[in-house]
Amino acid sequence: MSTHLDPAVKGGKAPDNKEVGADRKEKTQGRLAALLITPTIVVLAIVIAYPVIDAIIMSLQQDEGLDPATGTFVAGGFAGFANYIHWLFQQCTGPGGVEVSCPPGTLGAQFWSATGVTFFFTVVTVFFETILGFWMAVIMARAFRGRSVLRAAVLVPWAIPTAVTAKLWFFIFAFDGIANTLFNTSILWTGSEGPARAAIIIADIWKTTPFMALLILAGLQMIPSDIYEAAKVDGASTWQRFRMITLPLVKPALMVAILFRVLDAMRMYDLPAIMTGGANGTTTLSILVVNQIRIGFNSAAALSTITFLIIFIVAFIFVRFLGANAVESASGGAKGKLK
Amino acid sequence: MGHKMSRMYLPLAAVAAAALALSACGGGAGGGGESGGGGGGDAAANLDGRGPITYVQGKDNSGVVRPLIEKWNAAHPDEKVTFKEQSDNADQQHDDLVKNFQAKNADYDVASVDVIWTAEFAARGWLQPLTDTMKVSTDGMLPATVKTGTYNEVLYTLPQTSDGGILYYRKDLVPTPPKTWDEMMGMCSIAKDKGIDCYAGQLAQYEGLTVNVAEAINSQGGEIIGKDGKPTVNSPEAKAGLGNLVKAYKDGNIPKQALTYQEEQGRQSFEDGKLLFLRNWPYVYNLAKTDGSSTVKDTFGIAPLPGKDGPGASSLGGHNLGVSVYSKNKATAKDFVEFMTSKESEKFYATQGSLAPVLGALYDDAELVKQLPYLPVLKTSIENAVPRPVTPFYPAVTQAIQQNSFAALQGSKTVDQALTDMESAISTAVSK
Amino acid sequence: MSTSTATATTTADARSATAKGVARRRARWASSRTYISAAVIVIWCLLPFYWMVVTAFREVGYTFDPTPFFTHVTWDNFATAFSADRGNHLERAMLNSLFISSVTTAVALLFGVFAAYALARLNFRGKFLVLGIVLGASMFPGVAIVTPLFQLFTDINWTGTYQALIIPNISFVLPLTVYTLTSFFREMPWELEEAARIDGCTAGQAFRKVIMPLAAPAVFTTAILAFIAAWNEYLIASILSNDATQTVTVAIANFAGAQPHQEPYTAVMAAGTVVTIPLVVLVLIFQRKIVSGLTAGAVK
Repeated sequence: MSTHLDPAVKGGKAPDNKEVGADRKEKTQGRLAALLITPTIVVLAIVIAYPVIDAIIMSLQQDEGLDPATGTFVAGGFAGFANYIHWLFQQCTGPGGVEVSCPPGTLGAQFWSATGVTFFFTVVTVFFETILGFWMAVIMARAFRGRSVLRAAVLVPWAIPTAVTAKLWFFIFAFDGIANTLFNTSILWTGSEGPARAAIIIADIWKTTPFMALLILAGLQMIPSDIYEAAKVDGASTWQRFRMITLPLVKPALMVAILFRVLDAMRMYDLPAIMTGGANGTTTLSILVVNQIRIGFNSAAALSTITFLIIFIVAFIFVRFLGANAVESASGGAKGKLK
Repeated sequence: MGHKMSRMYLPLAAVAAAALALSACGGGAGGGGESGGGGGGDAAANLDGRGPITYVQGKDNSGVVRPLIEKWNAAHPDEKVTFKEQSDNADQQHDDLVKNFQAKNADYDVASVDVIWTAEFAARGWLQPLTDTMKVSTDGMLPATVKTGTYNEVLYTLPQTSDGGILYYRKDLVPTPPKTWDEMMGMCSIAKDKGIDCYAGQLAQYEGLTVNVAEAINSQGGEIIGKDGKPTVNSPEAKAGLGNLVKAYKDGNIPKQALTYQEEQGRQSFEDGKLLFLRNWPYVYNLAKTDGSSTVKDTFGIAPLPGKDGPGASSLGGHNLGVSVYSKNKATAKDFVEFMTSKESEKFYATQGSLAPVLGALYDDAELVKQLPYLPVLKTSIENAVPRPVTPFYPAVTQAIQQNSFAALQGSKTVDQALTDMESAISTAVSK
Repeated sequence: MSTSTATATTTADARSATAKGVARRRARWASSRTYISAAVIVIWCLLPFYWMVVTAFREVGYTFDPTPFFTHVTWDNFATAFSADRGNHLERAMLNSLFISSVTTAVALLFGVFAAYALARLNFRGKFLVLGIVLGASMFPGVAIVTPLFQLFTDINWTGTYQALIIPNISFVLPLTVYTLTSFFREMPWELEEAARIDGCTAGQAFRKVIMPLAAPAVFTTAILAFIAAWNEYLIASILSNDATQTVTVAIANFAGAQPHQEPYTAVMAAGTVVTIPLVVLVLIFQRKIVSGLTAGAVK
């Protein structure tokens, strides 16, 4: 994040960029930038910031409680961080208002396991999607007869609406479904933990690898072919060319793709919700949020905020330490290495 | 020219930004003022209101709602009803209703409410109590169905359609159907000899599991939640009930894949001839008779669910009609609710949509029985039915039931442990 | 078009090699490796889709028949998917989705290009804050956004309107759009733009004529991803649309079997087929006509 912050890295190449004018230039650029960025920020403010702030306020309120006299719900009042403590320490209010550790079968008891499941799905799916996506992109970037068939095929899984995809895989993985018939197995795909997770992971990889592949492909297409030619002339092997040219030059696109896949995977909902309903160790944080919304809005708001913070930390680590940084230029380094 | 272009872009962006900012401000001001709270005053308002209303219901699969509304509209030109059709998915219907009630949407006048939601919606103050000027008659309705519409002794929703579990069995293999659970388990050797599976219901971890577990527990005389709203599930009767399912699964009388079965997978297995007994809803009857792939068209029969020493206690499905407290035209809404539950309408649901009526008399209607031969069996089922727990905390309660009983079926928990956990999870859920 | 490129590459390969025979063998091996890989990818991507199509053409009475070939073929499911009698208005939903996704994509790209240009090209303070905010928008569970948004749009009487569906969609695709475009713009040879400006082009001209063609693959890819993301959006549409503005995903989710509890599985698969194939064809046409045109112009 730090090395390329210096505006001179790029701007310095301009022949007429004199030190004296730099300050004024920054001001005019700042104004232009503000104009250009405003539309994006405004849209995000309406649709994201408003609900997020709303959720944070709600999360500090207690859920409505039942008034035993009337049998109706009454507002719960200010809760402080009680909702957060409820989730993080799995503390529930038992009979008589006593704090107990949440018993099995309550949503509160599932917070940490759902967090674990979410991370598990994220790591496994993004890992495979990156490898497969890269491979698909490399093949798609090659020139050969019938390439358009390949490109159309790759688009198909991504283009099918997720709800349809989830239904499709649900039936594929049914006990008497096509998967067991085709492979002559009798696996309870959605009936126990291992197979249930595997089924969801397979479906997710199938569905989202094309997203990865298309982004990486765009990155590959941006690499000028003369760099490869030059490297070939210099006698670089395929592997050397991949490591020294392709990888560094495609890195920004790759990192953006991985970053957004991670953010999406950490909010995974549809596939597990439809395929297993969260049973057999497949309850993700988003499923927990949805189930909690049906039970109490304010604790659900707290859970959403916690989820947001978890994802924020992951994204921060990602950007900070893995260099998934859109404004950081990779080409400077790569071009430098070639010389 | 280029200068012009870039100059044109910038104001465009600015205008767009300003427009959006304006709408953001407008929204913020409107949304910020709201705060939660029950609808105490709303229940007393607009009781005499007459005029156009909206009726909200899940997908009208069998095409019964539109013709009825047309009929109503023809007779009530000044009180026309608009049909707002929701998704076919129950959870989505629930969430849609909650969002609109929360927003105090006056356009959701009459809503079709799943039998398990009445208590929750009533306790939140969203449903108009059907008392005083709003009083509607429940005469002739099967008592169990009326129970599903009652919360704290007050009727909030009027039963519209019902549904009960029935036992499908292979009459070519089992001449007389079992009356009790033990008798049925005794017949599983027949299935074994034929190389097919014995019994399945809906045992995947979803709402269907709650239905099946509640049936098992209620059939043995157990109870999940008592009259005072506190859990009573850690009892010998409940243990016997859940124990029956767990033992059958362990013994292989319930096949291992049954833990992945919802309604449709069980139906498939039964139609394929791979299952001797199936607990399911009446809808299977027609499909098993007509499906191209059905191998049991003429070889299956139906019976009431087997219980402890007679018919079992089915859980109830179906829908009730409720009036929103935010409705502006409650007098019209009340009339419409009565119209939709009249004898003619009930008969129409049955003949047109194969939907189970809530009026007991219709089950003895010879003409209807001829068309829907399962009606007598269904009547026994609904007469012996016990509604799923009527509690405003139903969503949390059903989670507690599903997760713990599924763990018991899988064998990762003993039946005792599962019921202990279920009891404490439910008591946590209801002590808010 | 692809044929000529293929030959061109092959000849280029051959020329750069020393021994012609070795080169030819190596090229043939490389090309068959490509074909094998391509075949594997195509099968992996299309096999589940094939099953979807098979099911789409299967009679309802044979819904669960696991025969992996076309048996009990019927068009009924497609008729069901479009059957107004059963309350399924797929054709209207497709038009709605087309409109909503197109507007979403166009606006998101416009805003995204603005923002990405600023982020990649201009010096200003708070750049990382902006990037952080944009990214932060992709971190909140979507399900938690719906309820407050519904309140907001109810208050201003926007539920059921197109803008109530389009604006959230824009915000969902904007973060990805801004990030991809920024990262690609960062890799652009901006020296060319500056050279063009020295040659007398204005900033706008230089951007349009020099940079845009080079960025075409990136912009186009971003557009596809945004369009498909908008096309497949369900959560917001399910809550904020009404009968007239219902999108494809909502329409399909609302399908129901002829009986309660019966899964409308074959009709869902038919609808899935109907909405997927035009989408893929549309993208391919765009790819052929527009992108190849743009890039071809740029290279020469």
